[in-house]
Amino acid sequence: MTDEVRAREGDWVEVERTLLDPADRSKNLPPETAEKPLRMWVKGFALGAAALGEEVTIETMTGRQVTGVLSTINPGYFITYGNPVPELTAVGRDLRAQLAAWRLSEGGDV
Amino acid sequence: MATRFDEIMARRGEIMRKALGMDYGEFELSPIAFDYEGMMAAGGYTLDEIVAIQSKAGVGNTPLLELRNLTDLVRSVSAPGMGARIFVKDEAANLAGAFKDRRASVSIHVAKAKGYAGVIAATSGNYGAAVASQAARNSLKCIIVQETYDSRKVGQPEIMEKGRICESYGAEVLQLTVGPELFFHMVELLDQTGYFAASLYSSFGVSGIETLGLEIAREMTELTGAPPTHVVVTHAGGGNTTGTARGLKRAGATSTQIVSASVDLSGLHMASDDDFNRKSFTTGHTGFGVPFATWPDRADVPRNAARPLRYMDRYLTVTQGETFYVTEAMAKLEGLERGPAGNTAMTAAVSLARELPRDGTVVVQETEYTGAGKHHWSQLNFAKQMGVEVRAGDPAGNQPGKVIVIPERLDQVRAKDFDLARMRQSYIRNALKNAPQGYEPTAEDVAFLAADTNSDAAAVEQTLAALREA
Repeated sequence: MTDEVRAREGDWVEVERTLLDPADRSKNLPPETAEKPLRMWVKGFALGAAALGEEVTIETMTGRQVTGVLSTINPGYFITYGNPVPELTAVGRDLRAQLAAWRLSEGGDV
Repeated sequence: MATRFDEIMARRGEIMRKALGMDYGEFELSPIAFDYEGMMAAGGYTLDEIVAIQSKAGVGNTPLLELRNLTDLVRSVSAPGMGARIFVKDEAANLAGAFKDRRASVSIHVAKAKGYAGVIAATSGNYGAAVASQAARNSLKCIIVQETYDSRKVGQPEIMEKGRICESYGAEVLQLTVGPELFFHMVELLDQTGYFAASLYSSFGVSGIETLGLEIAREMTELTGAPPTHVVVTHAGGGNTTGTARGLKRAGATSTQIVSASVDLSGLHMASDDDFNRKSFTTGHTGFGVPFATWPDRADVPRNAARPLRYMDRYLTVTQGETFYVTEAMAKLEGLERGPAGNTAMTAAVSLARELPRDGTVVVQETEYTGAGKHHWSQLNFAKQMGVEVRAGDPAGNQPGKVIVIPERLDQVRAKDFDLARMRQSYIRNALKNAPQGYEPTAEDVAFLAADTNSDAAAVEQTLAALREA
């Protein structure tokens, strides 16, 4: 992701489209889903210049042209492991100790 | 007025026929029965040919490892003389990191052989990575349609990672908000592009998993002198159970018990925008496991090749917290840092091995890659952000979507048996419901239902009589 608010032609971007309005959606949905549109995001190369929130056509990796609202320029990946989980941090220590104690009690090697 | 949704769905049969390069109508016998084995053979590849396709694709022949530390730990909490040996097939060693490569390698081979320019698959799971990786090797274009976000554009880290890896392999990834209409968009794209439908549920994909059962039977025989007494399979859509069991049978391992396992997500609605990010598992859970076993033909092909009730001897469920605990234990005890969804069967195996004598052999038939996003720490940190309580304690207190309880001791990991008889009845009820109203099952239908539920004609007749009364 960049701080840019305008994409140039050829930039790698993400666009958003609404695939189905709530009225056109499947009839078998729980209410919290049924009341929202079905939306889609896809990435590709911008075929023209556009600002965030403006409509732009992109060419995707398969060569398809998709028109949508420019949502991100140079979209990144921000997944992380995060902090160690306190409920899990002692699991390894405790199980190794349990294993060693049991092997000793069975007369075997630790 | 017919919507775009209705128009596409009305042409679904014709579009899918073209996109699969196969007419499922040839195998239909009645409104209920079809020729399952005929459909499975229609791909035209022998098991040896599939082994050769996969070998060229960088798939299969994964290490089979004995887990001595885990086995001893299980014995330390078992009754005297109990505690079966535990083994794992390290499927993360496949090219794109999961057993799904076995499915994708055959599907993509077929797409290439039939001259399609590209492939499309609808999946938020490891299958997307597998299809994208194999498509790249075969110079085919690839579109993956994912259910990624809730309506606020927030996605589970596991799905975000799967989107990333598909894009890394050069796929076009369509990331959708929650809803089953994803299937409608996939059909629309198949119509527009003329690409091959690399369905998870085609006979090509499911026959690709048979090699896994074959390898397990052979490798266990070399290692222990006999096929395993039990194989535990992480169960979602049913392909893993079906393919593995078929492979074992083809290798002559007819007495091996097939135990399917899923994470219990009861109480969470799979199409709910609110529940979507509170599942902590995107696959291997009962939200797929139960509906797909009790009605396989809900899939994106006319007849699903994955028919798990045919093969399941037992169905075990485990909690989210138990699975995260065992995933942590696997890394610390066995040097295997793998993804939690793939460790669902491992969690069930820890519980199962305690009930079995020491000369029992339990093979967990898969692992999956992990990393930022898919890692169990990512899942738990995300769950906390979504307002799910995470605490240590007795896993009986686990409530999907509300509380994840991490066990404090190994002996607290206790899988629960799901009632298979009830699932069989539910399947028969669904088969009748999907036949024309008032249709009376014939003797041929009864025989088919008996085979499809791994029961007998008398049991099927009994269920049919009870349904008539109701």
